Amino acid sequence: MIEVLFFARLRETLDLARLVLDLPEPTTVGALKAQLAARGAHWQTQFAGRQVLAAVNQEMADDATPIRPGDEVAFFPPATGG
Amino acid sequence: MTDDVRILTTALDPAALTAELVEDRAHSQGALVTFVGMVRDLSDNPVSAMQLEHYPGMTEKSLAAIIGRARARWPLGRVLIVHRVGMLHPGEPIVFVGVTGSHRREAFAACEFLMDYLKTEAPFWKKEITPEGERWVEAKQSDGEAAQRWRAAQQQQQ
Repeated sequence: MIEVLFFARLRETLDLARLVLDLPEPTTVGALKAQLAARGAHWQTQFAGRQVLAAVNQEMADDATPIRPGDEVAFFPPATGG
Repeated sequence: MTDDVRILTTALDPAALTAELVEDRAHSQGALVTFVGMVRDLSDNPVSAMQLEHYPGMTEKSLAAIIGRARARWPLGRVLIVHRVGMLHPGEPIVFVGVTGSHRREAFAACEFLMDYLKTEAPFWKKEITPEGERWVEAKQSDGEAAQRWRAAQQQQQ
């Protein structure tokens, strides 16, 4: 199992803050993004069309970053704080 | 040499935070530089409120990492970063960065460095509430370039 979190524009558009997924075997951020994009039209626009950043266990990640059972994965737009 | 990162859901008081740094600093620290960012209300872009969201846990970690990078570049005394989340209104302080150092030069530089990296790396997101509706603020290219400038400066030194 992995926990997937969504923030800001993604959370609002997907109407979802948290998702728990079965993880039969280790994957990567890029593969998980492709899997999520296939869930429907909103998912497609968020994960295939616009810039989405990812973190694994609260560290910035890229498409090649591995994901293992128990990991916390998060997707969000570029930061706009300060 | 203590670092302090605070996420506030209630009003941020820059005067009280500044006073805290003045009181707490070691007496060898001759400089204190603070930056306060406030919610703007521009006439061509009227904003009635700003909603600030963050990623609890990662926010604190990323700010601690940014402070660590500043400490690796300059000898600093105290570093304090305070950021608001939740609903804010124009004129309200949104972020406070305070740095003490032996001399002004490192304190000025570190304060600017911390803000530049905070803007691009700390997981905060702003949504503007306007009379016409709500909209997520888009990241600015100039903010990414400001952080990039420090990396370029370091490579030149090496």
